[in-house]
Amino acid sequence: MDRIPILKLGGVLIVTIQVDMHDRLALALEEDLTARIAGTGARGVLIEISALEIVDSFIGRMLDNIAAISRVLDAETVVAGMRPAVAITLVELGLELTGIRTALNVERGLAMIRDRLAEDDDLESARARHDD
Amino acid sequence: MPVTTTEVLPIRTSDDVVRVRQAVRVRAVGIGLGLVDQTKIITAASELARNTLDYGGGGEVRLDVMQEGARRGLRLSFVDQGPGIPDIARALTDHYTTGGGLGLGLGGAKRLSNEFHIESTPGVGTRVTIARWK
Repeated sequence: MDRIPILKLGGVLIVTIQVDMHDRLALALEEDLTARIAGTGARGVLIEISALEIVDSFIGRMLDNIAAISRVLDAETVVAGMRPAVAITLVELGLELTGIRTALNVERGLAMIRDRLAEDDDLESARARHDD
Repeated sequence: MPVTTTEVLPIRTSDDVVRVRQAVRVRAVGIGLGLVDQTKIITAASELARNTLDYGGGGEVRLDVMQEGARRGLRLSFVDQGPGIPDIARALTDHYTTGGGLGLGLGGAKRLSNEFHIESTPGVGTRVTIARWK
């Protein structure tokens, strides 16, 4: 069966969706990402969707699920590169993707994840100092 | 309304939903719809094809390219012989679902189309027709 490759860059998992998503592929991606987050201890997931011609409620739900699972596993998800026509259509469809952080492109998405991780690390070291 | 081209596609598996999207895209480009309008009708078609599959137990879609004077349009009719929808007004309400979906399909497809029509008879089936004009 086809699978969408997952790359690891530092503590971030990166997925680029380049094909028209069918159901099995979407479910396989959810499973694979979950396993990789748990296996690698990744703290961020970046999903790049600039090749996607549409996002319907099924794909929207997949993105929401991935973000929710990641959050439970202590990782931050950012969806990057949504086409403007897709964004306009999503809003009209009524899909707000409230659980997902979005970025204009991969570069900004990675910066978003790194900022978030840096904040967490600062908090942790502040707590560690306080404990001392 | 004069129909210039007609195509019928089955909706029996989730791969068929992908094929329906691709066929709708070809027709939408063919009648000269802009990128946003293409995206809207393909997304609406994806929602309705999935409804036909998940709630109607499968069926088919008919794609009609229409010409009215200088105007061209694309009409899509999704037909199933499933259980039907007892309360259409409720089914059109956002976030209402009898399955595991988000409940945005029907209302969303309506918002994404220029024309929307639904007929459903419990025990007989459902037909949803949408159109988008250039």
